[in-house]
Amino acid sequence: MSYLEYSVKSVPTGPRKILYLNWPLVLLVTAVACVGFLMLYSVAGGSFGRWAEPQGKRFALGFALMFMVAMIPIWFWRSMSAIAYSVSVILLLLVEFVGVVGMGAQRWIDLGFMRLQPSELMKVALVMMLAAYYDWLPARRTSHPVWVLVPVVMILFPTFMVLRQPDLGTALLLMTAGGGVMFLAGVHWAYFVAVIGAGVGLVTAVFQSRGTSWQLLEDYQFRRIDTFLDPASDPLGAGYHITQSKIALGSGGWTGRGFMQGTQSRLNFLPEKHTDFIFTTLAEELGFIGGFSLLVLYALIIVFCVVTALSTRDRFAQLLTLGLAVNFFLYFAVNMSMVMGLAPVVGVPLPLVSYGGSAMLVLLIAFGLVQSAHVHRPR
Amino acid sequence: MKRNIRDTETAQRLTTRRAVIVGGMMAGFMGLLSLRMRHLQVEQADQFRLLAEENRINIRLIPPARGEIYDRNGAVIARNSPSYRIVIVREDAGDVDKVVGRLSRLIELDDEQLNRAITEMRRSPPFLPVTVAEQVSWDAVSIVAVNAPTLPGVVPEVGLTRAYPLGSDFAHVVGYVGPVSDFDLSQLEEPDQLLRIPRFQIGKVGVEARLEDSLRGKAGTRRVEVNAAGRVMRELDRREGEPGADLQLTIDAALQGYIQARLGAESASAVVMDVESGDLLAIASSPSYDPNLFVRGISVADYRELTDNKYRPLASKSVQGLYPPGSTFKMITAMAALEEGLIGPDETVFCPGHLEVSGRRFHCWKRSGHGRVNLETSISESCDVYYYDLALKVGQDKIAEMAQRFGLGIRHDLPMSAVAAGLTPDRAWKRRVHGQDWLVGDTVNASIGQGFMLASPLQLAVMTARLATGRAVRPRLIKSVDGIETHSGAGEDMGLNPVNLRKMHDAMFAATNDRRGTAYGSRIIEDAYRMSGKTGTSQVRNITAAERATGVIRNEDLPWERRDHALYVSYAPAEAPQIAVSIIVEHGGGGSAAAAPIARDIVLQALYKGPPPLEAYPAKDRERIRDQQERLQAVQPMANTEGSGRA
Repeated sequence: MSYLEYSVKSVPTGPRKILYLNWPLVLLVTAVACVGFLMLYSVAGGSFGRWAEPQGKRFALGFALMFMVAMIPIWFWRSMSAIAYSVSVILLLLVEFVGVVGMGAQRWIDLGFMRLQPSELMKVALVMMLAAYYDWLPARRTSHPVWVLVPVVMILFPTFMVLRQPDLGTALLLMTAGGGVMFLAGVHWAYFVAVIGAGVGLVTAVFQSRGTSWQLLEDYQFRRIDTFLDPASDPLGAGYHITQSKIALGSGGWTGRGFMQGTQSRLNFLPEKHTDFIFTTLAEELGFIGGFSLLVLYALIIVFCVVTALSTRDRFAQLLTLGLAVNFFLYFAVNMSMVMGLAPVVGVPLPLVSYGGSAMLVLLIAFGLVQSAHVHRPR
Repeated sequence: MKRNIRDTETAQRLTTRRAVIVGGMMAGFMGLLSLRMRHLQVEQADQFRLLAEENRINIRLIPPARGEIYDRNGAVIARNSPSYRIVIVREDAGDVDKVVGRLSRLIELDDEQLNRAITEMRRSPPFLPVTVAEQVSWDAVSIVAVNAPTLPGVVPEVGLTRAYPLGSDFAHVVGYVGPVSDFDLSQLEEPDQLLRIPRFQIGKVGVEARLEDSLRGKAGTRRVEVNAAGRVMRELDRREGEPGADLQLTIDAALQGYIQARLGAESASAVVMDVESGDLLAIASSPSYDPNLFVRGISVADYRELTDNKYRPLASKSVQGLYPPGSTFKMITAMAALEEGLIGPDETVFCPGHLEVSGRRFHCWKRSGHGRVNLETSISESCDVYYYDLALKVGQDKIAEMAQRFGLGIRHDLPMSAVAAGLTPDRAWKRRVHGQDWLVGDTVNASIGQGFMLASPLQLAVMTARLATGRAVRPRLIKSVDGIETHSGAGEDMGLNPVNLRKMHDAMFAATNDRRGTAYGSRIIEDAYRMSGKTGTSQVRNITAAERATGVIRNEDLPWERRDHALYVSYAPAEAPQIAVSIIVEHGGGGSAAAAPIARDIVLQALYKGPPPLEAYPAKDRERIRDQQERLQAVQPMANTEGSGRA
């Protein structure tokens, strides 16, 4: 059902919209961001100016953007979906040519006032595009092979671009989030079973082929995969980060070593302590209680997003909100698995906490979209 | 597009159902995450906390202060003195080349060390100080301090380094320290962690090396918190180490200084020993060298100068040098014969100037011969033929045994480098080493301390002390370690017949004080301090029959290396012996001319505990002695500066 087809008279208008925001979600987002500021203050050795303050400014900017996005009706955003997606694709292509090399990969476009990571933008744009697509597509065609192929291309093209940067983490995130939206849209489960089955089959085949006459990869490629999957086998190289990260986490105990008392981060044993590995500092200093509390805050954010999704009957809004929730979930789930040694180290920040401009702005815009869906839901 | 309401509602329901599935999966994964978190943080917390501590805490060693070395009167021989070095911290310096350029315009820098420092700086972390100049003067330090604003990252540091205030006087006894080398480390089974400290100084030679374990002390520790790059963030606690033990030597620094000065540039060696306690009052070897050069790291040119010097300044001649004892050995041959009861003191031997032994002619040093000689005149006039005859009666094995009882041919346990054992040959030795039978000629040669016989000045001093007292005095160099007195060297009675010993004393007295004695020219005329002694002249070459026929070449006409060694052993005062002295002047010529006068000066200097009055010398020598005393006082560091040490 579309907005064109039922009355919108119950939708609030003007400044009154603010009252109809999903306020618990606003508070949760702010709370998580505040946790981020505290941790950035701590890892900077008790300095606001180093990371916490710029992060705060970006949060303020993003917060304002979130409200602006929330105020604009969700149907406007639906019509913007294709444009947002196209712009993101163009930016991704631009990165290929004028991107700034950072951390060994091309990820940024320097806009002068900030460094833009188009792959972050794409995370939201892709979900928007897919939601709009399924909103447009008649429901019974959802599982038709031709109409399944179209979103698959929409997902794989940016995924491939991001993979070229190379940014394996974001590529996986894009693919999973896209797949998630397709699943939520109701694409027949057999497709997923087939894709997952094929994927598992391929991986098994590759590994089975090792050491046989029909070996599919070169030896050095296998070795690379080995260290990627098991960093502990290279304790001073790839494994150093994850070992130090686990030491930091583990030494936290129940209640942690106390705010600003974490030796692992304070003494620089932790890599990327203010970005991807910030959770280890939090867990080291605030312990299991601190880490678990953050997880609960994240879970509540997901819950409120899902509540919004289920309370609207607009298909675009529903798929968008759910897709963004999945996206958000993937962020922190991958990040935490990574620092806890459950997943290989791929560059995925901890949402709203890790230091970084693009991710923060994009996340707040995404929450703006969720808020817009909430405010403008047909009642 | 017109939509089918029913389709839309089906899709809606499907999405809701799928949302629940996805939500469930998310919840499940979050559950997994929290379990993992609990596992790491709660169950394995202890283990990880330990690892974090290991990461963070580093134990640093604090080098202990090395024990100092004093002489018997408390004068400092080796001490730790502050030394200044200039270091640069790269991260503070900014542009290192520019700063180094400015620094080199202010103070003198060694190019070699500078280059090494710059390479080191590139390799090491930016916060580690790198030494650019060592052992710099206080002036240089103050120049750097004054110009500190223009020299960012340049810091003068103070450390301790070894200093030998008496310079070359104790080079052979005390030796020197130097930075630990890879070779030093490879010699040790389980090296002390301290030795891993860069540039840590350990004893290389002499007492410094032999008593390294006592002198070194125990390392202190400092627990510091370090970051991942190794930078020290703060000190957690500190446990001071134990400084090394101070050593007191038996040496009298003033006497040692006097002797070194007296020996001067001569290639010579002297040992002075207390005959009662065995305390070594002086062990001199000349020429000497300045051990401070080695502490700093000696330059190639300086080192080459030392090694190329034909007088071998690096060799510790007093304990390491082995010489045929020559006529100073005659007392041993005589004692062996007396103790065996083979000769009476008044039995005489006729010396025609040579002795025919199994077809070979052995000459006395006096070609015309001594005529009738008895025991006393054989010593005092040093007749060789008397001893050829005696030795043939006694046999080499008895002589060698007696020599060992007097401390020859055995290694005395002194904490100095390369203490030599010498050699008292006997039949078994020759068979073992040379695979030949002992010949009668060998005995004849050995009887006058030639041939295979070898002894060091230290051994000769011990021999003399034992002759003087009749007790088995052992040499002692270390008086106390950390204030605890070591065992005295006073020995038990040797069980010699006192009558025989008395005979020896009389003979040695006559050798120096009888008008016909070989050392008469070097007698002391002060009655209380009269000296008994025996000269020796040991040949370092064979005199061929042809040369004898044409006349033996005089020593002065030979190249230095082929001249005879001059020896003299003595004890004084003759009536109540206090000290024993042995002197060897390498290639000095005759013992009576080259060695005995030195011994007299040393004996008087030791007994008067300072410059002796001229009245102690025979009248005709006094003028020369006065000049010599004035000259020596001018060159002797102790006499001018720390002479009060012996008060």
